[in-house]
Amino acid sequence: MKPVAFDYVLAESIDTTVAALAAAGGEAKILAGGQSLVPMLNFRLLRPAILVDINRIPDLAFIDERADHIAIGALTRHYRLETSPIIAEHFPVVAEAMRHVAHLAIRNRGTIGGSLSHADPAAELPMLALLLDATLHVVSPTGPRAIAAWDFFLGPLTVDLAADEMLTRVTIPKLPPVTGWSFVEVARRTGDFALAAVAVTLTLRDGLIGEARIAMTGIDETPKRADEAEALLAGRKLTADLIDAAIAAVRANVNPPTDLHASSDYRRHLIGVLTGRALADAWRRAGGEKP
Amino acid sequence: MSARAIKVTVNGVAYERSVEPRLLLADFLRHTLGLTGTHVGCEHGVCGACTVLVDGDSARSCLMFAVQADGARIETVESLGTIGQMNALQEAFHEHHALQCGFCTPGMLMTATDLMRKYPLASDDEIREGLSGNLCRCTGYEHIVRAVRAAVGRAKDAPS
Repeated sequence: MKPVAFDYVLAESIDTTVAALAAAGGEAKILAGGQSLVPMLNFRLLRPAILVDINRIPDLAFIDERADHIAIGALTRHYRLETSPIIAEHFPVVAEAMRHVAHLAIRNRGTIGGSLSHADPAAELPMLALLLDATLHVVSPTGPRAIAAWDFFLGPLTVDLAADEMLTRVTIPKLPPVTGWSFVEVARRTGDFALAAVAVTLTLRDGLIGEARIAMTGIDETPKRADEAEALLAGRKLTADLIDAAIAAVRANVNPPTDLHASSDYRRHLIGVLTGRALADAWRRAGGEKP
Repeated sequence: MSARAIKVTVNGVAYERSVEPRLLLADFLRHTLGLTGTHVGCEHGVCGACTVLVDGDSARSCLMFAVQADGARIETVESLGTIGQMNALQEAFHEHHALQCGFCTPGMLMTATDLMRKYPLASDDEIREGLSGNLCRCTGYEHIVRAVRAAVGRAKDAPS
């Protein structure tokens, strides 16, 4: 239950980080908040030769408002996302979801960059990145690259990041006015990873749903958007029948895992229930008529 | 794998030590500095027994390396009070029988310290949610919730 010995590199900048990663030829890992990495080191599931500590790189933790988007630095801690006035104003769905992310001591240390790069299939931040059409900005020794959240999550704990690449920044386009939102989650204990969670935004146009977005986690190898249900909802008014149709579409298109905590069937049932609640919540927040 | 020199302030006392990079902060506090008030339970961030404050914020000392604490201000359970002079939170734990075997208590106290600074803890639900990352294998949670409620200076929730 102690990590194997490793060399420790205290990075001064993004450039020195990716140079150290490249020089290590796949034998190095980035140490950010460490809240997922260090347990894996303690269990010796990971035995990197080198840890590159990015905690002291200046200007890597920020939440900045720009004209049409919000930019978030990779080293921004969960607690800051939970309490940021900018996040509360533009993405209340994120502020709400952060209360479900682990426990205070972990939110104090864990980072957005770490959570997205780690990509636990039941984590909240990857599903929020998908929900909000975030763009992930990474840097390698050969230069920067931008990846849509849509393309970033490849499998459980697997993302589109090379061994010498580092996630540095996330940009999220602002939501249109008259957007309602909801985040609902079921976990066995507050702060545990989700058995299933659903996040929704509904943007209304002329009293109808202009754009519906539904993101889910805990239901497959990666977080997913519910494309079929989103398409059903567009251009309609939310009614009880429409909610039922969206629930059916969601259940038909997920492939949840069975594990110690819940069966696949239970998760499929749950994801439908949560979708129904989240749609009704988001519709109400957007000021839609009672369904 | 070479050792590194670090400077840390623990409970107001400055220390300079040489540490191997893989040394966990929890083991540094207990073995290198002899501050055994911080307990080590699961060693993978689940039980909360090793919670300390790092620059004022609660953190699991089994999920940080001592080398990362270079320049930091650490507070452990030893900073709260003494047997003769406990702080208000410790008094509340004493008063409400919030410890049985005592193994989880240092983590509970340090977690509650940070929770009380950051959240209103206006309901028992909020206290339970805040403490949900700390395990008590004696299962004395009810008394711990009572102690924190008393420390916040709030009456019991009215039955709903």
